[in-house]
Amino acid sequence: MLNRIVTGAHYGLRDWLIQRITAVIMVIYTLVITGYLLLQPAIDYNAWTLLFSSNVVRTFTLLFLLCTFYHAWIGIRDIVMDYVKPAAVRLLLHVLVIITLLLYVIWSVQILWGM
Amino acid sequence: MKFKIYRYNPETDTAPYMQGYDLDIKAGNMMLLDALILIKASDDSLSLRKSCREGVCGSDAMNINGRNGLACITQLSTLKQPIELRPLPGLPVIRDLIVDMTQFFKQYHSIKPYLVNNDPPPETERLQSPEERAELDGLYECILCGCCTTACPSFWWNPDKFVGPAGLLQAYRFLADTRDQATAERLDNLEDPYRLFRCHTIMNCVDVCPKQLNPTKAIGKIKDMMIKRTV
Repeated sequence: MLNRIVTGAHYGLRDWLIQRITAVIMVIYTLVITGYLLLQPAIDYNAWTLLFSSNVVRTFTLLFLLCTFYHAWIGIRDIVMDYVKPAAVRLLLHVLVIITLLLYVIWSVQILWGM
Repeated sequence: MKFKIYRYNPETDTAPYMQGYDLDIKAGNMMLLDALILIKASDDSLSLRKSCREGVCGSDAMNINGRNGLACITQLSTLKQPIELRPLPGLPVIRDLIVDMTQFFKQYHSIKPYLVNNDPPPETERLQSPEERAELDGLYECILCGCCTTACPSFWWNPDKFVGPAGLLQAYRFLADTRDQATAERLDNLEDPYRLFRCHTIMNCVDVCPKQLNPTKAIGKIKDMMIKRTV
């Protein structure tokens, strides 16, 4: 196989769509949280603990973070696909990015529910 | 009028260079191509493609003051001097303003730019309603000059894998055609992370198209069709 161009992996639409949907969820979360914080008279330690003591806030924050990580995965994978040509190196980088993002997920849960 | 033109003859030059030309003419109603023909009359070593000289064939696409366009329908009076002319970006230069469009046409052919219909041909033509025919407006007018595709950074980077705006506009031209029966195959052909989805909607293609077509809109409609058949 000498420099044969191979295309046709059937996940183009799925990832493109997921990136858009996660972006919308991220925007909604950001607007709601920013709006809430702007309406608070003072943002101190007590306000933060009160906000994040609610399981609803924790759940939606986790959802927001999961969206961020998935969104980031697609973006970083596209960059790697553009700039790293050897398939083996590319696969290795993809695996490293996935492991990092999975660790972020565990870390996020620890932060949100470990208080 | 002052011109600066990209010159490169791979047989004699080691590197490309910009050559200055000075024409004693008034812009008036002249088109850029008229000036280029005058320049060529004084220096016949200058190479460029041209044919219909009225914006129909798409041969004289070039980079005019940093922007892709057709020399034959670009008014001289609208251009800032010195007028800087370069070959279309992102394609190998054969000589001076002439580029090798092989990669461009390879991508064009990859989307099967012809009607696929396995029904036996009818006695007369395959009919469409006026509404169905109207779907093709803004698509069939493409002259394949290459201005849009060579203005697209996604194509510069992945010319072997990303179809490019011109090819995708044509892909939608056949997806939108009610007489075509290969819709599923056509969508499958583009359903991958490179061929369609390397478009990041920066709309350079819409900006430069000398026929005022909108490849970005066509690309959006292909995505709509894909979503429709998936969800």
